[in-house]
Amino acid sequence: MLQKPDAAASWNIAAHLGRAILNLLREIGLVTLFLKDMLAQGLTPTFYPRQIADQMLKIGYNSLPVVGLTAFFTGGALALQIYLGSSRFNAESLVASIVALGITRELGPVLAGLMVAGRVGAAIAAELGTMKVTEQIDALVTLATNPFKYLAAPRLIAAVITMPILVAIGDTIGIMGGYIVGTRSLGFNEYAYLKNTADFLKLDDFTSGLIKAAVFGFIIAVMGCYHGFNSRGGAQGVGRATTNAVVSSAILILAANFALTSLLFGD
Amino acid sequence: MTPHIELKDVRKSFGPKQVLRGLSIAVNKGRSLVVIGGSGTGKSVMLKCILGIIRPDSGEINVGGESVVGLRGTERDQLLLRFGMLFQGSALFDSLSVWENVAFGLTHGRGVARSAARDVAIDKLAQVGLTSDVGALYPAELSGGMQKRVALARAIAADPEIIFFDEPTTGLDPIMADVINNLIVDCVKRLGATTISITHDMASARKIADDIAMIHRGEIIWQGEANQVNRSGNAYVDQFIHGRAEGPIQMDVLRP
Repeated sequence: MLQKPDAAASWNIAAHLGRAILNLLREIGLVTLFLKDMLAQGLTPTFYPRQIADQMLKIGYNSLPVVGLTAFFTGGALALQIYLGSSRFNAESLVASIVALGITRELGPVLAGLMVAGRVGAAIAAELGTMKVTEQIDALVTLATNPFKYLAAPRLIAAVITMPILVAIGDTIGIMGGYIVGTRSLGFNEYAYLKNTADFLKLDDFTSGLIKAAVFGFIIAVMGCYHGFNSRGGAQGVGRATTNAVVSSAILILAANFALTSLLFGD
Repeated sequence: MTPHIELKDVRKSFGPKQVLRGLSIAVNKGRSLVVIGGSGTGKSVMLKCILGIIRPDSGEINVGGESVVGLRGTERDQLLLRFGMLFQGSALFDSLSVWENVAFGLTHGRGVARSAARDVAIDKLAQVGLTSDVGALYPAELSGGMQKRVALARAIAADPEIIFFDEPTTGLDPIMADVINNLIVDCVKRLGATTISITHDMASARKIADDIAMIHRGEIIWQGEANQVNRSGNAYVDQFIHGRAEGPIQMDVLRP
């Protein structure tokens, strides 16, 4: 390999850091402008109910197996770990309530968010990215149809509506996972386990998770659409857009989760 | 008579790269203008500026005597309803069936009912020589030539007054290219539309053009009637229409 003459300069850490920060700021600005267009143009008439229904099926219904399995195994593992931990100071009776709290408040929405980011965020970016590089999005414009209304808005609306539903189902399955492990292998009484769960769980625990889920759905749809609409340069560009959509939405989901937890619970 | 489409001193740069450097051109109503020129000379950018997909840095663009630069919202949609465009790669929506593609501008842009739009789509498919059972297929199931014909049917579906053709014959075999050329001539005559085509296929240009203009480095360097192109007296045009490597146009190729 030939060394470029400025190879030494490109190893300058300060230059690297500076460039990374400038790129980050530039990207934040671009996403903000994109978001403005997406909301201003996408969420005003006209709406496409057929597209919204189609996306609800793709984003919500088709994600059910993945979210369900994730929740089930997480609930089971959680029950096992909490049992092992709490048996050190004879607090085994807490298992049911901690599983319920952990699932509804944190693990349910976050894990569902991450799984859906991987599944749906990638699919949105890849589909819109391919439409962009094959000029299908330009074709849409020449057919007097606004791509923000026809492509972005249905995905955004579908993701924000279906994520809380997915998480509600996931929460239930996760608690069931804990229940099955608790009663089958840890020897809890079935009635007592369910009563413990029901007594401890408040509506707030549940709804806070659903609020998080809606926010995560918003993040996934926006990042998928942003990276898809801005992809360029053929197959490689679409691949890059897909990766960026998944990575950026995963990071934003974790950051938003922290912010929402402190907002909803920290008083 | 006011030209149907008129561009005056249009300039557009992407970063440091100047793509359009004061491009001016006019097309009269019902005429077919073919813009020829090499790759990367600004042909596609010119069309996208007229459609408002790309906003020019400066200059005037008038359609039917009215300025169209920077239109937004409803006004822009109203303008786009007057256009049809055939894209280089066909750009068919692969999630929709063939007839839904052809009918898209009717069902989505104009609010025509699906059943009525379907009849129009089948009729337009017949005009480009495709039977109604093709309508139920998906674009991925069609050959390149058939996709191009479907894209042509989509471009003319709403009987637009202006149609753009972006390299309509690129990537097709010579016979299919000629079929497409004939269809373009037929469809345009039937509609009486004003058209701008961009191409580097001279056989296609000679067939579909009333007027020919040559673009080089973001400017129009020659314009005349189609039958004058062989006697242009312009060294750039001569080099291009005869496809010679030697001449005033230098390609960015490293010489051995």
